[in-house]
Amino acid sequence: MAKVVVVTSGKGGVGKTTSTAALGAALAQSGKRVAVVDFDVGLRNLDLVMGAERRVVFDLINVTQGVANLSQALIRDKRIDSLFLLPASQTRDKDALSEEGVAKVIAELREKFDYVLCDSPAGIERGAQLAMRFADEAVIVTNPEVSSVRDSDRIIGLLDSRTLRAEKGESLAKHVLITRYDAARAARGEMLTIDDVLDILSTPLLGIIPENEGVLRSSNVGSPVTLNEPNNVAARAYIEAARRLQGEDVPLVLPAERKGFLDRLFGRRAA
Amino acid sequence: MSLLDIFKRRGSAPVARERLQVLLAYERSNRQRPDLVAVLREEIMAVIAKHVTVDQDDVQITMERGETMSTLEIDININIPNAAAA
Repeated sequence: MAKVVVVTSGKGGVGKTTSTAALGAALAQSGKRVAVVDFDVGLRNLDLVMGAERRVVFDLINVTQGVANLSQALIRDKRIDSLFLLPASQTRDKDALSEEGVAKVIAELREKFDYVLCDSPAGIERGAQLAMRFADEAVIVTNPEVSSVRDSDRIIGLLDSRTLRAEKGESLAKHVLITRYDAARAARGEMLTIDDVLDILSTPLLGIIPENEGVLRSSNVGSPVTLNEPNNVAARAYIEAARRLQGEDVPLVLPAERKGFLDRLFGRRAA
Repeated sequence: MSLLDIFKRRGSAPVARERLQVLLAYERSNRQRPDLVAVLREEIMAVIAKHVTVDQDDVQITMERGETMSTLEIDININIPNAAAA
């Protein structure tokens, strides 16, 4: 049975697209058939992060409007053949996306894939609501920072009221994914701690992704970090988060402050 | 981490720059005339439809945009019963 997972946050720039790509790739690397769907109509970026920007022919709206069928619009990843991307439209505006159209596409994706990851646009408007509408589970990407936590709380409220599952009185599993976590700053008391965030949001934790330069390097070259640098700490955190998403019980270790050789030698502090 | 990775890592920002240049050049040139692929596809399909019936499922379109050259690949499965019978 396919699982539809929305990757959402409310706030922009917290790492939804990066996390969608990394989690999607990690699930596909473990043998699942995965579709990642970009819902950010007008401002698509998942294609760029996945390295498929030169291969986009059709998009989500083309499929909802019947201009193209789903198999024509899905772009197969060149590295993992069980990973597919359904890009958002770059030219049309968000109103071109209808609930009926999205329902049809999601239903069709459910038949073909084990996991359908919906990359939500920022905000709480129509685009974000359509991205979450048909979800079975939600990954709420949060930075340990006040405005991000506040926006996550609003999104949790929407997940509990505006999704189809919520309206039918069914449960929708929610998970918090903390990204850009800087252990050194948390240790110095400059950043909300994991416990603070979980306390406030009272939602279970899917994983903690440490702030790491490998994530930027991977976006630069257009490859999910779990594929590009699988041994990187952030990649490993995403791979573990993907295993938890599949229901595995993977113990969570708080990322320690990692010091490189030079840092130790000169006692340089992390920025 | 292999030695190769160390060299590869050095190059990520120039790669990003090059990818963006190619992508933005394409997007800017298409802002006035969106969906060139859709137009091409429609017209090519119309020509083919004059002669044979083609189902949408029998058409696969792939594209690869490059810096100096792009390729548009249209793969159509055409069923010609007359030819088969002949």
